[in-house]
Amino acid sequence: MPNAATLEFADRPATPAGRGIECGSQRGDRIFAGFAKGSGIAIIALVAMVAAFLIKTATPSLYHDHARFLYSRQWDLTPGNLHFGVAGMFYTTCLIAAFAMLLAVPIAVGIALFLTFWMPRKYAGPLAALIDLLAAVPSIVYGIWGIYVLSPKLQPFAGKLEDALGWCPLFAHTGVSRGTIFTGGVVLGIMILPIITAVSREVFSQVPQPQVEAALGLGATRWEMVRLAVLPFGRSGVVSAAMLGLGRALGETIAITLILSTPPTGAPFKASLFNGGETFASKIANNAQEFDSPAKTGAFIAAGLMLFILTFAVNAVARIIVNSDKGKA
Amino acid sequence: MSTAFLAHDVNVADRAAGPLLIPAARGRRIRNLAATAFVTLSFVVAVIPLVWIITEVVVKGAPDVFHPSWWSHSQNGVTERREGGGAFHAITGSVLQTAVCALIAVPLALMVAIFLVEYGRGRLNSAVGFIVDVLTGIPSIVAALFIYALLITTFGFQRQGFAVSLALVLLMIPVVVRTTEEMLKLVPDDLREASLALGVPKWKTTVRIVIPTALPGIITGVMLGIARVIGETAPLLILVGYSKTINNNLFSGFQGSLPGMILNEATNITLKPAEGRVWGAALTLILIVLTLNVVARLIARSTSSRAKK
Repeated sequence: MPNAATLEFADRPATPAGRGIECGSQRGDRIFAGFAKGSGIAIIALVAMVAAFLIKTATPSLYHDHARFLYSRQWDLTPGNLHFGVAGMFYTTCLIAAFAMLLAVPIAVGIALFLTFWMPRKYAGPLAALIDLLAAVPSIVYGIWGIYVLSPKLQPFAGKLEDALGWCPLFAHTGVSRGTIFTGGVVLGIMILPIITAVSREVFSQVPQPQVEAALGLGATRWEMVRLAVLPFGRSGVVSAAMLGLGRALGETIAITLILSTPPTGAPFKASLFNGGETFASKIANNAQEFDSPAKTGAFIAAGLMLFILTFAVNAVARIIVNSDKGKA
Repeated sequence: MSTAFLAHDVNVADRAAGPLLIPAARGRRIRNLAATAFVTLSFVVAVIPLVWIITEVVVKGAPDVFHPSWWSHSQNGVTERREGGGAFHAITGSVLQTAVCALIAVPLALMVAIFLVEYGRGRLNSAVGFIVDVLTGIPSIVAALFIYALLITTFGFQRQGFAVSLALVLLMIPVVVRTTEEMLKLVPDDLREASLALGVPKWKTTVRIVIPTALPGIITGVMLGIARVIGETAPLLILVGYSKTINNNLFSGFQGSLPGMILNEATNITLKPAEGRVWGAALTLILIVLTLNVVARLIARSTSSRAKK
């Protein structure tokens, strides 16, 4: 059907990649297109199944939970007398992620600026690859390095902070020396650096060149150019980059499991950065051996479900910002 | 802008030579210097842990890794206090679990990428794109819990290596889809149009023209995907037990793996032989991941330069 083909051709939108050039409707085409479409639908079904099975397995335990799931810190899985709440994990997860973000975001943005506007392109590529190497180190290696190598080195510094700022509950003495949220946050910050740097770099490279040149042409210093032309343009991109990093930080499992020391059951709540603790992910990982009855398993899966919802929300917001930005550029 | 007249007495030739030659007022110069110092320092600060981790792992792990038995023996019968044995059981376990994961994930991811680039339009396309993004952000422990809820709680299977492979599939798909998508978009439209104009059906054009052209890029994506999942530890914790002996059966029994070996030996890290094995397994893992990354990058570079021509 040459006629149909030309027609399709003519009103095809001018997209960069030529999609959907229809050429007859042979059976092979329909089967292949069906496979492609089916795979797309399968992926959607897969994520729907993740949510469905987590909810299905968690619900019976949530139904028998005698504590208030969202507000309680209690975690007691005695059969027939389930008490489990996620408030403690929620606090530790958010605190450690927030601390990691506080360290990583300014540094990552600094690196991205350095590579985009300070380094000649010839060197920027290899140096960026060096930062990407940080992402190639498996998280378990960060974990063992964090607890056996970094933690003892951080201890004196952490001690000084405790002494100087101990009046503030966030820096209070706890008696925990290794495996603190402080150490975990530092390691987590290093782990999320490459993703924030990579996304920020991409955003900065899209800053319209005429704006950069105009600023420099008017006699702006390099920093003034960044402040006047780059940062306003890249702000939403950097926010979404940070959100992607946050998504990673919230869900990181094994490094945090290895690093954080677990407080004894029933220990009083302490807000301090120098305390141990358990995040959603590390709680589940620490108790992997306890998945022996459906009720217990359900309790841990309920915690996993909370983590899923949390990371889903954070990542969705990040993606929405990224995509709305693409329309602008 | 006030910055303009500050530089009014500089001649045009100087200005054309570059912004640095324009004398700026002292305050502005200091602020610029501070910014330069900050961004340079950021870079240096990020490189420190990288160098530190790599040296630590190499120095502590190399003696074990460069021992010939490391690559040929398991830890069967070797107690924590004794030297000897190797990581063969862990390497084979990791490779098997990852290979089976790739066998499932790659065809699916490839078809999804083809759908997104060659067929996808409208709502379904953006829905699939969004879901791939969701998968990118899914924590590995959540993927593992899903497989646990599905395979073990619902269908009553035992914990086994195959369950780990399935959890890894969820983590590998988004990496492969995203890289493949980029590569398919790089294939010039002229190629597709030439083929279609000759009357070749679209599916044959995709299979015979588009995919072979993008193949190096697709391989890059697969390697990056493998590098992403081979070091994953969370699924191992809840989906399979660790074994010091060689078990090549993904469908039954405990199975060794490199992250599993690190965790297992780390419980005795105060003992010298166990410590060596922890860092040895870490070094092996890094070597595998780095090799995959470097090879992937080399392939990607050769393709993108070819596409530009």
